[in-house]
Amino acid sequence: MGTARLLLRAVLPFLVALPLLVLVQAVSPLDWAIVLVAMGVNVILAVSLNVVNGFTGQFSIGHAAFMAVGAYTAALVTTGFRGLEIGFLPAGVVEALVFAAALVAGMATASVAGLVVGIPSLRLRGDYLAIVTLGFGEIIRVVIENTRVLGQATGISGLPPMTNIVWTGMGVVATVLMARRLLLSTQGRALLAIREDEVAAEAMGIDTVGWKVRAFVISAAFAGLAGGLLVHKILLVTPRMFTFVKSMEVVVMVVLGGMGSITGSVVAATVLTLALEWLRGLEQYRMVIYSLLLIVLMLTRPSGLFGTKEVWDTLPRWLGGRRAEGGAP
Amino acid sequence: MTAPVLEARKVSMRFGGLRALAGFDLAMQTGELVGLIGPNGAGKTTAFNAITGVYEPTEGEVLVAGERVNGMRPHQICVRGVARTFQNVRLFRDLTALDNVRIACHAGSESGFTSAWLLTPRHEREEERIRQRAEEFLRVMGLSQRSGELARNLPYGEQRRLEIARALATGPKLLCLDEPAAGMNASEKVALMDLIRRIRDEFALAILVIEHDMRLVMGVSERVLVFDHGVTIAHGKPEEVRRDPKVIEAYLGDSYLAEHDIAAPPGEAGP
Repeated sequence: MGTARLLLRAVLPFLVALPLLVLVQAVSPLDWAIVLVAMGVNVILAVSLNVVNGFTGQFSIGHAAFMAVGAYTAALVTTGFRGLEIGFLPAGVVEALVFAAALVAGMATASVAGLVVGIPSLRLRGDYLAIVTLGFGEIIRVVIENTRVLGQATGISGLPPMTNIVWTGMGVVATVLMARRLLLSTQGRALLAIREDEVAAEAMGIDTVGWKVRAFVISAAFAGLAGGLLVHKILLVTPRMFTFVKSMEVVVMVVLGGMGSITGSVVAATVLTLALEWLRGLEQYRMVIYSLLLIVLMLTRPSGLFGTKEVWDTLPRWLGGRRAEGGAP
Repeated sequence: MTAPVLEARKVSMRFGGLRALAGFDLAMQTGELVGLIGPNGAGKTTAFNAITGVYEPTEGEVLVAGERVNGMRPHQICVRGVARTFQNVRLFRDLTALDNVRIACHAGSESGFTSAWLLTPRHEREEERIRQRAEEFLRVMGLSQRSGELARNLPYGEQRRLEIARALATGPKLLCLDEPAAGMNASEKVALMDLIRRIRDEFALAILVIEHDMRLVMGVSERVLVFDHGVTIAHGKPEEVRRDPKVIEAYLGDSYLAEHDIAAPPGEAGP
């Protein structure tokens, strides 16, 4: 296959998604936008956490902290470069460029945080890892809460309203593609091997610690992206948005969708975001019904909605369908 | 002569007060098939673990193709050419047979995540190469038909063979098989031993086999090591080892020796 065709295939999903997203953005009423953005952010969070919890089989419950690192970094960049002018470029384009740079910066700092947390903690397994990630998550949040430039407990307000359905949608496409291409590649199979049997994986030449750290770093980077997107919709970033509760929310989405299933994470994140919205009218019963919903789902489908299955397992080839064995993605 | 594929020099393994392995010496050349036998708890699997890096030997050194590997992690030793199977089959149970082998083909590959995302041409070529290689190993082990099945759904004998295919896919110079015939019936065992010999010839490997079944291991190995309580009590050609009184004693007890009056060393023979 020619290089040009490969390149096209690599970016094709973005080219298809962009006009669709612009269309949705144009037709959706204002009050939908926030829900759709929240949905997209949750999808990014769930899919990225799935790389660690589902693919690699390591139980991390500190995802919100990486989201916080990304959110604060992005907020600092957009507020720092507010009103920037670059020669002849129109203000709108400059704003978009700054925002894109802010998101990338957020991903970068979040991945550094992931590396710092991952290297010491990924020598542990199971419950121990969960506790350590929880601890690190809280440490990061508390550090932010006590840093003056980050506005301490009040956070940073008055962020530029940059995030819309298009930005969020592109973030979702990037995240899902990252996870899917990973899952179907030899690198992703190394992660699955670690989940299946760490001792055997190690004996088959897989540097288990190294791959776990890489998975953790990537997962953290995309959590950072989600954070950057979210705060530029609600125009405010405070430490309270990134508590342990937020981390658990994401874990619930991953478990509910099925550990290791990208489709599952997408569906669970969508459904749970919508459920919380719809149940808003019920006021004090909202959390009761939400919890009941979770209990019933877990009792009836203990391995999650999708288990480890994916939609593309059943799709025809020309639609991107692909089974576990062989072929081009 | 080139450096031996494997050289263990006075390897000892201590767990607190317990000495599981003492003064284990072994040198193996390419194409050799060596059997490792001994009663339960004799230290056979410990020897494997010391060679493959699961444990770091407390004393002595292990050399793979002349390079000292003490203290390396198992994946590093694997990349240097030592592959193994496990006593109680350790497949990637929820992955397909093909994926099990493909994972092992990855061994030592340096390509990172980025090329997988960008779908670079190099990545595509690499994926294709790995798939072909994996299919080849499945074919050699007679598992072509099972390629798309989950490892856990395969019958026991095929799981054992898949584990060998997976080990071969790492491209080893030395293959360590930990009781490959465990749980098989007599005819399956014979077929397996034929297969092991064939693999050795086809892939030019050194093979180290742990086996409980004396007759079986004697049949295929050129050399046999006998362990008892962590000590190598005999080392030599199968027919010599078979007659060694220390070996018979370890396996059958000294009352058997006395009763059958076999091979008791001169001067100590019974009345």
